[in-house]
Amino acid sequence: MKQCRCLHVSREYCSFAISLLVLVLLAVPQVQAQFSGAVSPASAYSIPQSQLIQPDALNRLLQAPAAAKPLVLQVGSHIFFSQAHIPGSTYAGPGSQPAGLQLLESSVNSSPKDRLIILYCGCCPWNRCPNVGPAYHRLRDLGFTHVKVLYLANNFGDDWVAKGYPVEEPH
Amino acid sequence: MKIPRRSSLPFRFALYACLLAPAVLHPAPHSLLHHPAPTFVRSDLSGKSVDLHAYHGQVVLLNFWATWCAPCRLELPRFAAWQAQYGPQGLHIIAVSMDDDSAPVRALARQLNLDFPVVMGDQPLGTLYGGVLGLPQTFLIGRDGTIRARLKGEADLHSLESRVRRLLAEPGP
Repeated sequence: MKQCRCLHVSREYCSFAISLLVLVLLAVPQVQAQFSGAVSPASAYSIPQSQLIQPDALNRLLQAPAAAKPLVLQVGSHIFFSQAHIPGSTYAGPGSQPAGLQLLESSVNSSPKDRLIILYCGCCPWNRCPNVGPAYHRLRDLGFTHVKVLYLANNFGDDWVAKGYPVEEPH
Repeated sequence: MKIPRRSSLPFRFALYACLLAPAVLHPAPHSLLHHPAPTFVRSDLSGKSVDLHAYHGQVVLLNFWATWCAPCRLELPRFAAWQAQYGPQGLHIIAVSMDDDSAPVRALARQLNLDFPVVMGDQPLGTLYGGVLGLPQTFLIGRDGTIRARLKGEADLHSLESRVRRLLAEPGP
């Protein structure tokens, strides 16, 4: 009887392990995409992990009076920006479009190359955002050395506004 | 959470997948839910007036999207198919593009043969619907004019279609 129960438990653990294994295998392409050199520069996954900044860290950076304020640029849709944006941030055009990249260049042309610049979009889930990857690479190509990108897993509404971080909205 | 000891492997897989899924695929609780859908009047791409109030008594699938949003582009052809299939039962799809410029919207609407009104969104319309700050976003509006579901992110189209069918089966006000 005891042996039977053990076998039953083993089967339970086995099915759990198989489920997890399948999930891990499903996740492998995404992980590979993030770390291999074959990722398209248009993808948000092409941004090195070390260059991402989490919402909480950015919020602290914005609140800290002593810290040098970063230049915060929104590189997504203007309709999104006009609904709500990070206080003090500037609309710099969608990074997926040539006109957007031009606006981005003009937004930074008077900034020193070592200034901390934070880019964000949040139009779509991170792996689907067409804007942050091209914007990040354009700034790097222009020689900016301190460029970070705000990591928004789902979108700006869920990961910034709904979490109570400060926003500027139309009156 | 207690998992039934004798649950099947597919059940467990689905459960763990749901727990680990990064995207928000289920209706999010929001103050707009079960409240009358905010009315608006906009012109569609062909210049025809679209007044949400005129759809009272019908089921409306109000979809916020953009041409640069990959998951949105996957959903639109299905919505076009639903419009043809369920239109006679009272389904109306209204697509609100959150693109800044209408030119790519017109091109894509032509390419996908969208046979439902496509209007250009703006900040007031986004704010009216609780802030559309992530795409896609879909609202299901029942025959009584209230918002019955708000889906953020790429929708589970199978489940969404079931919801649409359930709403269509409800009697009018």
